[in-house]
Amino acid sequence: MTGPSGPPAAAPEGTPSAILHRVAAFDTPLLRFTLDGRPMQARQGESVLAAILCHAGHLRRHECSGEPRAGFCLMGACQDCWVWFGPGERGRACTTPVADGMQVSTSPDPPA
Amino acid sequence: MTRVVVVGAGPAGIAAADVLSRAAVEVTLIDEAERPGGQYHRAPASGLQLDMRRLLDAAHASYAAFHAQAASVCARVDYRPATLVWGVHGRAVHLAARGFAQSVGYDALVLATGATDRVMPLPGWTLPGVFTLGGAQAVLKDQGCLIGRRVVFCGSSPLLYLAAVQYLRAGGKVAAVIDTTRFAEKLRALPDMLAAPGVLGQGLRHMAALKRRGVPILHGATIDAFEGKARVSAVRCTSPDSAPLRVACDAVAYGHGLRPETQLAELAGCTLRFDPVQRVHVPETDPDGRAGHAIYVAGDGGSIGGGQAAAVSGRLAAAAALHDLGLAADVDVAASRASLARLRRFQKGVAAAFRWPGERAAALDDAVILCRCENVTVGEVRAAIALQDGVADVNRAKAATRCGMGRCQGRFCGAGLAEVAAACVGGHDHGRDRLRVQTPIKPLPMALAGDLSP
Amino acid sequence: MSGTDAGVAIVGGGLVGCMIAYALRQRRRSVIVLERGHVGGESSGVSFGSLRLQGQHEAELPLALRAQALWETIEAETGESVEFRRHGHVHLALDAEQQARLERNARNARAHGLDVTLLDRDEALGRWPFLGGQVVGASFSTRDAVVNPRLVAPAVARAARRLGATIQEGVEIIAAEHDGVRFRLHGRTADGAVRSVTAETLVNAAGAWAGTLAAWFGETIPLFPAGPAELVTEPIPAFVAPVMHVVDGSILFRQTERGNVVIGGHPRMRVDAATRTARVPPDKILTNLARLVALVPRLRAHQVIRSWTGIEGYVEDMMPVLGPSISTPGLFHACAFSGHGLQLGPAAAAAIAELIVEGTTTMPIAPFDIRRFYVSGQPRTLSLAEEFQPDVLAQAAPPSRARPSS
Ligand SMILES: Cc1cc2nc3c(=O)[nH]c(=O)nc-3n(C[C@H](O)[C@H](O)[C@H](O)COP(=O)(O)OP(=O)(O)OC[C@H]3O[C@@H](n4cnc5c(N)ncnc54)[C@H](O)[C@@H]3O)c2cc1C
Ligand SMILES: Cc1cc2nc3c(=O)[nH]c(=O)nc-3n(C[C@H](O)[C@H](O)[C@H](O)COP(=O)(O)OP(=O)(O)OC[C@H]3O[C@@H](n4cnc5c(N)ncnc54)[C@H](O)[C@@H]3O)c2cc1C
Ligand code: FES
Repeated sequence: MTGPSGPPAAAPEGTPSAILHRVAAFDTPLLRFTLDGRPMQARQGESVLAAILCHAGHLRRHECSGEPRAGFCLMGACQDCWVWFGPGERGRACTTPVADGMQVSTSPDPPA
Repeated sequence: MTRVVVVGAGPAGIAAADVLSRAAVEVTLIDEAERPGGQYHRAPASGLQLDMRRLLDAAHASYAAFHAQAASVCARVDYRPATLVWGVHGRAVHLAARGFAQSVGYDALVLATGATDRVMPLPGWTLPGVFTLGGAQAVLKDQGCLIGRRVVFCGSSPLLYLAAVQYLRAGGKVAAVIDTTRFAEKLRALPDMLAAPGVLGQGLRHMAALKRRGVPILHGATIDAFEGKARVSAVRCTSPDSAPLRVACDAVAYGHGLRPETQLAELAGCTLRFDPVQRVHVPETDPDGRAGHAIYVAGDGGSIGGGQAAAVSGRLAAAAALHDLGLAADVDVAASRASLARLRRFQKGVAAAFRWPGERAAALDDAVILCRCENVTVGEVRAAIALQDGVADVNRAKAATRCGMGRCQGRFCGAGLAEVAAACVGGHDHGRDRLRVQTPIKPLPMALAGDLSP
Repeated sequence: MSGTDAGVAIVGGGLVGCMIAYALRQRRRSVIVLERGHVGGESSGVSFGSLRLQGQHEAELPLALRAQALWETIEAETGESVEFRRHGHVHLALDAEQQARLERNARNARAHGLDVTLLDRDEALGRWPFLGGQVVGASFSTRDAVVNPRLVAPAVARAARRLGATIQEGVEIIAAEHDGVRFRLHGRTADGAVRSVTAETLVNAAGAWAGTLAAWFGETIPLFPAGPAELVTEPIPAFVAPVMHVVDGSILFRQTERGNVVIGGHPRMRVDAATRTARVPPDKILTNLARLVALVPRLRAHQVIRSWTGIEGYVEDMMPVLGPSISTPGLFHACAFSGHGLQLGPAAAAAIAELIVEGTTTMPIAPFDIRRFYVSGQPRTLSLAEEFQPDVLAQAAPPSRARPSS
């Protein structure tokens, strides 16, 4: 299986390329994580999916087609939001809250 | 002591656990989500400053009542949030929680696993920005996010109108509501829907509110495609009373009603039957939810019925389980049965008013992706069925093409696959075939098994 | 078709039945295959997909090698891709006893002209760096291959049909007898319609259910059903080409071209051949995952998405039954493949077709004669505890030593 894997284009929150549009804020502590190596911030309680898609136009690229994907069901059923959370961990972005220091990688290959 | 396990902490599971917790049984309540609520009563992540009163408006009272009940139930039982039930075998459920595996034996098992959106594959449905209708609501309630700034709500479901109204309340813009069922079909279903005049009235108020806000509503439209390059930018559709339309948007919420999560019931040995009204497979049960093999099914996982029906069926299922264990239940069974029958009649009306457009499968272009996990096209499935002598067996088509073999295990392509297959042989027995389930019902991390390495 | 007459009737449309039909049509015999479900719907369609040569029993290697030569041309023969890939097979040893087994197997293989390379621990870890620390040695056989089992039987069935074979799906044979002149088969479709077939020659290719057919002709094949547990992961970036297989069968895996890792692991489980239901219990899934992760630690972050098993027929000596019946002239058995019928299929089919048409075969099938079950002291009894869970063996009937009268 080989597929193109580019990091999702990150843009400041609220810019047009971001998929999600936040209408309610968290009053929880700020967490730091990296997305494909770039430093990012999120609030405790925020899902990995929301933390990424409030800034980016997609979440991952499909293993075969290389098409961008941004999740679909947003409730843990479609499994179209899988990313790496760090070198040894992988899972659904939509049902996993961001943890401080997470190294999120959207490539199919494990992060180094 | 006798143990009853309840899977699902939505309206059905909480109602069941509530009844059970008052009897002489040990109750274990398991839910994959972090917080009780299920779909209907989904609550914000902790610390999210989302004004639920404003979002839910008239429905807030029942939301608040549910969460008060849920808090008290969860405190009284062995409640396990963030825990997936991935298998059932030999009167035990198998769990995965925070990276660990465990099993819990049961004397009775109440399955209140709810439902997920049913979708018909369409050109462009894999584009970023296209989400399920349920997903659009979930990410708003759970994360305080809208799926875009100009959203099209489309498909066939009463939740189209509800979700669109909630998006307006949350400050979003609704580009249009594109309903694939005709207004005349809704009128025809009115007698059944009058069985629950309150719920019907709510739906009508939502439609009126959208009209007042100037949201275009199309009835009886055909969705032709979701268009866009790296992200959805328009919905192309055909409406009976206008020329082909292109509605500009930056997100789409899309669904044709719900399909029950029946995997655990199937693994436990329950028989599934095709419900010709809802056009989905459901576990075969008696009116109280008995499915055999010490299994009791409640809520949307047994029959799509909405939040109220879920709660009533949860109580009935719990009462049935207790009865079969030789214990008394604090439930007015006759009244509950009558109320459930009324709500089911309403749902029958809803199913007719917001029909699943199965016949559309025949018109899908060969290039449309049918299985989004495995990237299998409609054309590949048609070719496989032609090669299997035109036998529309979906499990064979799956074996030949990988359609339905991916991470979601057919949850999102299954309904479309059944229709595409049926259409290949002239629509005979239309959409009745279904993909078989196996353990685990959702992906499991291999590390779950623990480490054997020295 | 009530009242079809054919030269040869084959009961069972698995890979073996379909391949026999194909081989018979090449020899211009009229042939009908009768399949209860659909072609390849049982064992043949759900196997692990390994065409393994190394480690095959000495008595089976000559036939296995003939089969491999036929596999190597299967795609040209059927005109379809069945995802045949020759990436080799690796047997792994995790202790000294297993290492001795590798060496023994390698000697056997070489005696039959199969090229097997032994690797020590460092060589093995150098070549397959994803392997964990348990490995003490390996043997690599390059001629071994894999195929997509889901595609194979349907492709062979189509090829047989193109040559003029009749393949009837959805017909279960519920009784059969020989009336002194011809075989009479009584069949039934799922909706209750009756189908009868008469034929000069009858082939028993009924997989795990072959014992029933044999019994109609007074013969005993001490067949018992069991199911190997299989798991599959999400697609993973390519990391391994050959099949990797701990020599005791406790864990084996391969990666498909799409990237999914298919995982097997003995002992095999009890299945219900009568109701044709078989599932992998959750505990078994966890056991096999733990073994896999111990062997390939880098997989621990990945996810398994499905399990399955199938219903395969085994006999105690783990060798097929191939050849003429001893009770009824004109009846031939091709069954009891005991977990490696996918690999042996083409050669087994060629043998049966030759026996039917020419009365003799060039295929080395002498060890697989049904008579071995009637000779006292035979057959060899293996240590089956490694191969099967105790509840499987408990249901395996001891072979009858009474020879049927012909
Ligand atoms: C997004 C959405 C919004 C809806 N809004 C409304 C509405 O406004 N009004 C209305 O009447 N109906 C609504 N519905 C219909 C709704 O599904 C039902 O009304 C109601 O939620 C069904 O209740 P339930 O208890 O049967 O299932 P759910 O509420 O769906 O709850 C099922 C629970 O089971 C858990 N679960 C499932 N499988 C497993 C497993 N294997 N292991 C562990 N846990 C598991 C889930 O995490 C979930 O919490 C909505 C549906 C959706 C999808
Ligand atoms: C999970 C699993 C993994 C395996 N892995 C491998 C592997 O990696 N390599 C390998 O070489 N082998 C493997 N095998 C074994 C291999 O699949 C079988 O040996 C081989 O497929 C046998 O083919 P068959 O045609 O004899 O049997 P089957 O495919 O079982 O076909 C027999 C057919 O007969 C039909 N039938 C039976 N009775 C009747 C009746 N009365 N009337 C009509 N039809 C009837 C059945 O419906 C069935 O379709 C595996 C088996 C399983 C189950
Ligand atoms: S978006 Fe469907 S599982 Fe995460």
